Amino acid sequence: MRYILRTSYEQDVRLFREGLPQYGWYLGWLALALVAPLFLGVHLVSQLTFILIFAIAGVGFQLLLGFCGLLSLGQAAFLAIGAYACIFLEKQGVPFLGALGLSAVITAAAGAALGLPVLRLKGLYLAMATMSLGFIVEEVAARWTAVTGGNAGTLVPPATVLGYPVGNDIPFYFLCLGLCLIALWLAANILRGPTGRAMVAVRDSQIAAQSMGIEVARVKTTAFALSAFFTGIAGALLAHKIGYVSPDQFTLHLSIELLLMVLIGGVASLRGVVFGAMFLVALPEALAFAEKATGASMPALRPMAFGLLLVLVMIFEPRGINGLLEKVIGYFRMMPLYRRGTFARQRSFVKSERW
Amino acid sequence: MVQFLQQILSGISIGCVYALIALGFVLIYKATETVNFAVGELMMIGAFLGFTFITMWAMPLWLAAIVAIAATAILAALLERIFLRPMVGEPAFAILVVTIGLGFCLRAVAMMVPPWSGETVRITTPLSGEVLRLGPLILSADHAAVIAATALIVVGFFFFFTRTRIGLAMQAVSQSQLAATYMGVRTRSISTLVWALAGGITAIAGLLLAPIAFIHVNMGLLGLKAIPAAIIGGFSSLPGAIVGGIALGVCESLAGYYLPEGFSDVAAYVLVLVVLGLRPEGLFGQPIHKRV
Amino acid sequence: MLVEARNLSVAFGGIKAVDDVSFGVEPGEIFTIIGPNGAGKTTIFNLISRIYKPTGGDVMFDGRAITRVSPQAVARMGIARTFQNIELFDHASVIDNMLVGCHVGRKTGLLAEMLFLPGVLRQEVAFRRRVEEIIEFLELEHHRDTTIASLSYGIRKVVEIGRALALNPRLLLLDEPSSGLNPEETDDMVHWIRDIRDQLGVTVIMVEHDMSLVGRVSDRVLALESGRVLTIGTPQAVTSDPRVVRAYLGD
Repeated sequence: MRYILRTSYEQDVRLFREGLPQYGWYLGWLALALVAPLFLGVHLVSQLTFILIFAIAGVGFQLLLGFCGLLSLGQAAFLAIGAYACIFLEKQGVPFLGALGLSAVITAAAGAALGLPVLRLKGLYLAMATMSLGFIVEEVAARWTAVTGGNAGTLVPPATVLGYPVGNDIPFYFLCLGLCLIALWLAANILRGPTGRAMVAVRDSQIAAQSMGIEVARVKTTAFALSAFFTGIAGALLAHKIGYVSPDQFTLHLSIELLLMVLIGGVASLRGVVFGAMFLVALPEALAFAEKATGASMPALRPMAFGLLLVLVMIFEPRGINGLLEKVIGYFRMMPLYRRGTFARQRSFVKSERW
Repeated sequence: MVQFLQQILSGISIGCVYALIALGFVLIYKATETVNFAVGELMMIGAFLGFTFITMWAMPLWLAAIVAIAATAILAALLERIFLRPMVGEPAFAILVVTIGLGFCLRAVAMMVPPWSGETVRITTPLSGEVLRLGPLILSADHAAVIAATALIVVGFFFFFTRTRIGLAMQAVSQSQLAATYMGVRTRSISTLVWALAGGITAIAGLLLAPIAFIHVNMGLLGLKAIPAAIIGGFSSLPGAIVGGIALGVCESLAGYYLPEGFSDVAAYVLVLVVLGLRPEGLFGQPIHKRV
Repeated sequence: MLVEARNLSVAFGGIKAVDDVSFGVEPGEIFTIIGPNGAGKTTIFNLISRIYKPTGGDVMFDGRAITRVSPQAVARMGIARTFQNIELFDHASVIDNMLVGCHVGRKTGLLAEMLFLPGVLRQEVAFRRRVEEIIEFLELEHHRDTTIASLSYGIRKVVEIGRALALNPRLLLLDEPSSGLNPEETDDMVHWIRDIRDQLGVTVIMVEHDMSLVGRVSDRVLALESGRVLTIGTPQAVTSDPRVVRAYLGD
C-alpha cells in the first residue's frame, strides 16, 4: 500500500506530486528517447519523429476534448492552417523558427475566430460545426492557389536554424522531441492552474461554472485557441517532415485519426496522448506487416482495423491505454487489498441531454 | 429565370435523397438518443445490394428493391443488437464514436466484396432516359421518381406513427424511454426496430440515388451530408429532417450553378454553419434548457 | 438591507412562476423560503443568481440593482449558491471543485499560467490555504482528493456548500440543503448553517421543506404558494398561519 505524506501546499501544486518515484519513470523514458538515434535505424527514427509530431497535435486536441469536453471533428483544419502558414512565411524569407512560432500564433487566432461562432453549440452540434469547418478549410486550401499552391500542392522549403540544416532525420528528431516536451510542460501547467480548472468546470457543469463566476464563452474560446496553437505547430512540423503539402492530406479522415489517437491513448490524460500517438504510428506499420506476411494486398484492412478499434475500445475500455495502465498500477499499489470491483464502470442512465 | 427554377427542381430531387437519409437519422436519434454516423455507409450498402440484385442477378426491379431494403434493415437491426445494446447508459460521445467505427467497418466490408470494390456503377431503371416536361422545365423521370417516392414515404410515415401500435410505441420511446418502459413498452426491442426502419429508409434513399448518381464504396460521404440536413431542420424534428434535406439539396444545386467551382461541395457545410449560427437548435428544433 | 426583491415576477410561456414577490433580507440573517412543490422557490433563487431573467420587478443587492447582470458577474459580487440537483464537477476531486470557487479572485493571465511563473505559484498556494480552511470547517479532510463521482449523496451536498463558500460570498443561497440527508446529517447541516452565519458572517437564504430544520435555524420565514407571497414572519408565526397550513395540506 502506498501513502503519500503531504508537507506543504507547494507539494500539491507541483507537477509530480509524489516526487522521484513518479518522475523517475519519465526520466528513464527521456533518457531512452535521447539515445534512441544511436541504436535505431533511419526508418525507426523517422517513425519516432512522427510519434512526437502527432503527440503535439494530440496535446492540443486533448485540451479541447478531454479537459474542456468540446468534441471537434475538424482538427485537420488546424494542421492545415499551421502547415500552410509556416510555408508561406518561410517563402517570404522568415527564418524557420520564427515562421514556426508565427504560424502557431496565426493558427491560434484562427482557432479563437472559429471557436467564437460555435460557442453556443453543444455535443453533436459542435461536432458537426467543426466537421463543417474542416471541409471548408480543405476546400479553401484547394482554391486559394496564391497562398497554398492549390490541389497540385507545394514543396516545403528545407528548415534551417542559424544556417544549420535541421530538416532531416536526426536533427529534426531532436527538434521535435524538444518541442513535444515543451508542449507537454505547457499543457501540464495550464491544467494545474486556474485556466485548466475552469475548463474542467465548463466540461462538467456549465451552469455551475457560470455561477462560480467563470466566463464560459471566454474559457471555450481559450480552449479552441490553445488547441489550435499546438495543432498548428504540429501541422508545420508535419509539413517539414513530409516535405510536401497538398490539400488532400487534411481530410475528415485525418481528423478522425486524431480522434482515434486521443481516445485510444486515454481521454483526459496527457500521457495518454503519447500512448495514442505511438499507437497511431504503429498501426499502419502493423497492417503493412500483416499484408506482407500473408502476401496478399488487402485495401480493406485499414478501414476495418480502424473501425473495429474504435468500436471495441469504446465498448470494452473507454479510458484507453492510459485507463489500462492505471488499472495495472492501481492493482500493484493496492495489493493485497485490491478488489475486482474497484474499477467497475458506472453507467448513468438518467443523464439525458434532452431535459 | 427558367434556369433558376430548373436548378431548384433538380435540387429538390437530390434534396429528397438527403431528406430520406436524414429521416432515418432523426428517427434513431429521437428513439434512442444515439447519433448514427454510419448512415452514409448503410445507404451505400443498400445501393450496392440493389445493384447486385438488378444488374448482376437480373432480378425484377420490384423484387430486387424489396430484398435490398429488407437486407439493409436486417443489417441495421443486427448492428444495433450486437454493438449498441452493450453501450446503453454510456455517454453519448462514446456511442457516437462507435457508430463512426461501424461506418468504417461497413466500408471495409464493401471493399472486400469483389464486384463492389473499385467500381463506380449505376443502375438503369425502365424510367432512365425518360423525361417529364412541366412547361419550360425539364425533369428526368428518375428524378421525378425520387420526389414521388419521398412524398409517399412521408405520408406513409405519418400514418404509421399516428395510427399503428408500433408507431405509437416508437413515439412513446422517443419522448421518454423510462416512462415507456413503465408503460410496458419493450424499449430495447423498439430500439432495434427503429434501427431496422432507419436502415430500410436509408436503403430506399440509396436505391433512389442509384439511377441518378454513381454508386461507389466511398459514397458514404454523400450520405454524411444528411447529418447537416437533420441539424438544419432541427435535430429532434421529423418534418424538420425533410425540410432540411430539401433545403440542402436546393442550396447545393444553386451553388453549383451560380457560384465558382468547388462551392457546391461545401455548400452543405456552409449552410449548416449559417443556420447553427443564427439558431443553435436548428429551424424546427426546440431550445433545450437544463432545469436547475 | 443586503438583498431586496421588489415586485419580482417571471413568466414562462404565459404561466407566472413568480408573481409580484417582494421581500428584504438583512445582513447576517438566515432567511428561509418555504412552500409546496411548484410554488416557485427555486425559481426565485434562479432569479437572484440571474440564471433566469425576470419579466417584471427588480432584484437589489447591497443597494444596487442586479436585475440585468450576468450570472458570472453575480458571483463576482459575492453571491454564491448551491443547486437542487447537485451541480458538482463530477470528474474532479473535492479540492479541485472547491478551488474553482476561488476563480473569482484570480489575478494571473493565461500566459503566466502556461509558464507557471512564481506569481502563479503564490496564487495557487493562497487559494489552497483558503480552501483548506473551508475543508477543515466542513470536516471534509478525508475526502479531499476523492473524485466526486465516488462520493455519497450526503457528502456531495456538503462539498457543494464548501465550493460555494470558496467564493468568499456575502450571500449564500442554499437550495434544499437537507433533502436526501438522514437525521444525523441534517443535524450537522443545522450546525454548519449556524456556523456559516456566526463564524463567517455570511447571510443565508434557504429553500427548505424540512420544517424542523426551518424552525431551528431560521430568523425569518417567507411562505410561497403558486408564485405569490402568503406571509413573511418568524418561523413560529408562519408555520402556524392557517393559510400556510392549508397551502401545504390542501383544503
